[in-house]
Amino acid sequence: MTLRPLTLFAGLYLLVLYAPIVLLPLFAFNEGTVIAFPLQGFTTEWFGALLDTPALHEATLNSLIIAMSTAVFATTLGLFAARAATRYRFPLKGGIVGFIMLPLVLPEVIVAISLLVVLMQVGINPGTWTIILGHTLICTPFSIAILQGSFSNMDKSLEEAAIDLGETPLSTFRLVTLPLVMPGIIASMLICFTISLDEFIIAFFLSGNEPTLPVYLWGQLRFPARLPIIMALGTILVVLSIGLLVIAEAMRRRGLRRAGLEDTGGFL
Amino acid sequence: MAGLAKALRSEAGRGYTLISPALAYALVLLAAPLLTILLFSFWTQSFLTIDRTFTFANYQEALTDPLYRALMQRSLWIAGMVTLVTVVLAFPVAYFISFHVRPDRKSLWLFLITIPFWTSYLIRVFLWRVILAFDGPVNGSLMGLGLIDEPLSWILYNANAVVITLAHAFAPFAILPIFVSLEKIDRSLLEAARDLGESKAMTFLRVTLPLAMPGVLAAVLIVFIPTVGDYVTPRLVGGSGGTMIANMIYAQIFDLNDRPMGATLAVLAMVIVTLVLLWVVTRLRAWLWLAGTSAGAAAVWLVPTVIVAEVAVIWALFTQAPALIGPIPALALLAGLTGALSVAILLRLPKGRFGI
Repeated sequence: MTLRPLTLFAGLYLLVLYAPIVLLPLFAFNEGTVIAFPLQGFTTEWFGALLDTPALHEATLNSLIIAMSTAVFATTLGLFAARAATRYRFPLKGGIVGFIMLPLVLPEVIVAISLLVVLMQVGINPGTWTIILGHTLICTPFSIAILQGSFSNMDKSLEEAAIDLGETPLSTFRLVTLPLVMPGIIASMLICFTISLDEFIIAFFLSGNEPTLPVYLWGQLRFPARLPIIMALGTILVVLSIGLLVIAEAMRRRGLRRAGLEDTGGFL
Repeated sequence: MAGLAKALRSEAGRGYTLISPALAYALVLLAAPLLTILLFSFWTQSFLTIDRTFTFANYQEALTDPLYRALMQRSLWIAGMVTLVTVVLAFPVAYFISFHVRPDRKSLWLFLITIPFWTSYLIRVFLWRVILAFDGPVNGSLMGLGLIDEPLSWILYNANAVVITLAHAFAPFAILPIFVSLEKIDRSLLEAARDLGESKAMTFLRVTLPLAMPGVLAAVLIVFIPTVGDYVTPRLVGGSGGTMIANMIYAQIFDLNDRPMGATLAVLAMVIVTLVLLWVVTRLRAWLWLAGTSAGAAAVWLVPTVIVAEVAVIWALFTQAPALIGPIPALALLAGLTGALSVAILLRLPKGRFGI
C-alpha cells in the first residue's frame, strides 16, 4: 500500500460511514431505557417486546405486501423498457427513456405531493395500493438501470443463433434470453424490494390509516419510552437488508460470470 | 389492419411496443400529477373550496413573504453545503479506490461503501440525533479528551446537524459516479502529462480532475436534488432553525389545508433546482473549456475565484437587495444577471469533450 495518508483517510471514512449502524445493536441489547451512554447491562427484553406489538405486525405485513408488489410491477415494467432501450432503435428513444427515468432526479417530496393532490382531487382514499403505485413509479428507473446492464452484457449472436436453429422468437426469449438476464431480474427485484421497504416520504403522504413499517417507526420516534424497542427493530432490519444485499451482489456477480465478463463495480 | 401489423413488426414498432407500458405508467402517474400541481399553483383555496380563477397570487406570496424566502434560502444553503461536503470528502475515497486499491479488491470496497446506504434511512438519521446529542459519544469523547469543557451546542437541532446527517446519508451516492469516471481515465495520459513536464499537482488539476468532472457533476446532481427536498432529517435533527422547504410543503397540505400553496412551493422548488443545476453545468463548462486552452494553468485558479465571487454576489442580491429595492425587482435582477451569463456560456462555448 502506497500513499499512507490517503489509505488512512479512506479507512476513517469507512469508520464514520458505519458509525450509526455499529451503535444500533449496542442500544438494542442495552438494559437502560434511555438511548445514551454509558451503556448498562445486557438484555434481550426489547426484542421480546417486538413480539407483542400488534400494530407493528400490521405495519410489517403492509410493508411486505407493498414491497413485494412493487418489486414485481417495477421489474416487469423495467424488463420491457430495458429490452426496448438496449435492442431497438426508434425515434425519440432518448427522450422517452429520459422521461421514464425522471423520478431518479426529482425530489421524492414532489412525487409524493403531486400524487396526493391528484388522489384527493379524484376522490380516491389513500391506502396500501396507492403506495404501491407510487413506489412502482420510483423503482422502475432503478430496475431499468440494472436490466439495461444485463441486456447490454448479453451477446446478441446467441439469440440470432437460436433463431437460425429454428426456435421461435418466444421460445428464444424463454430458453436463451431469460436465463441470461435472470440474475439481473433477481437483482432488480431485490433492489426494488429494499427501496420500497425503506421508502418513507411517499408512504407517509399516501398511507392514509394503513401505515407501512417506516411510517409506523416515524410515529414511534416521538415516544422516548418506545425507543429501545425501535433500536431492536432497527437491528433486525439492518441485518435483513444486509442479507438481501449480499444475495443481490452474489446474483450480479453470477450474471457477470455467465456473460463471461470481468467484474467492474457495484450497483448503479 | 395489415399496415398496422406491419408497422408493429418493424424495428421501431417493436421498440415502441416494448417501452409503451413503462411510458404509459409514467405519463399517468408522473406527467399528469406534475401538470396537476402546476395547475393548482395558479388557484387559491379558502377552507375546503378551491377557487379556480387563474392567479399569480401564490407565487407573489411565496416570493415576497419573508418566511417562505427564509425557508428557500435555508434549503438551498443546506443542500449546497451538503453537496460540497459530500463531494469534497468523497473524491479522495473514490480516487483511492480507483488508483490505489488492487483491481480484484475494488468491488469489495464499493460493496462496503454501499451497504450502509441500504439500511433504514429513518433509523440512520435518528442515530445521528443520538451521536450528536448533549450526552452523546461526540461530546462525551471530546470532553473526555479534555478538548472542550461543556457539550457543544452547535451540533444538534440546527442547520449544522442537518448538514452533517445528510452528508453522511448521501456519501455512497457521491463516491460511485466519481469512481466510475476515474476508472475510465487512460492512465497513459497521466504519464504523458508528467513526461511533458507538468508537476504532480498540475497533472491532477489539468488532466485527472477535468477528466473526472462528468462523475463529479453526476455526484452533485445525485446529492443536491434529493437533499433540497428532504423532509425527515430537518424534522429529526434540525430543530426550529433547521426547517426546510419540504416541511413547509407538508404543513401547507396537511396542517394548513392550503393545497394550492403547497403546490406552488413544490413547483418553485423544482424550478429553483433546475436553475441551480443549469448554473452548475454552465460554470463547469466554462472552467473545463479554459483549463483546456493555452491559458490552462491560470484558468485552473482564475475560474474558481470568479465562481466564488459570483456566488457571493448572488447571495448578497438574494439576502440584502430585497430590503433596498423590493423582493420582486431583486429577484428579477438576480435572474437577469446570472441568466445572461449562463446563456452567454451556453451559446459561446461549445459542448466540451467530456459531455458537459
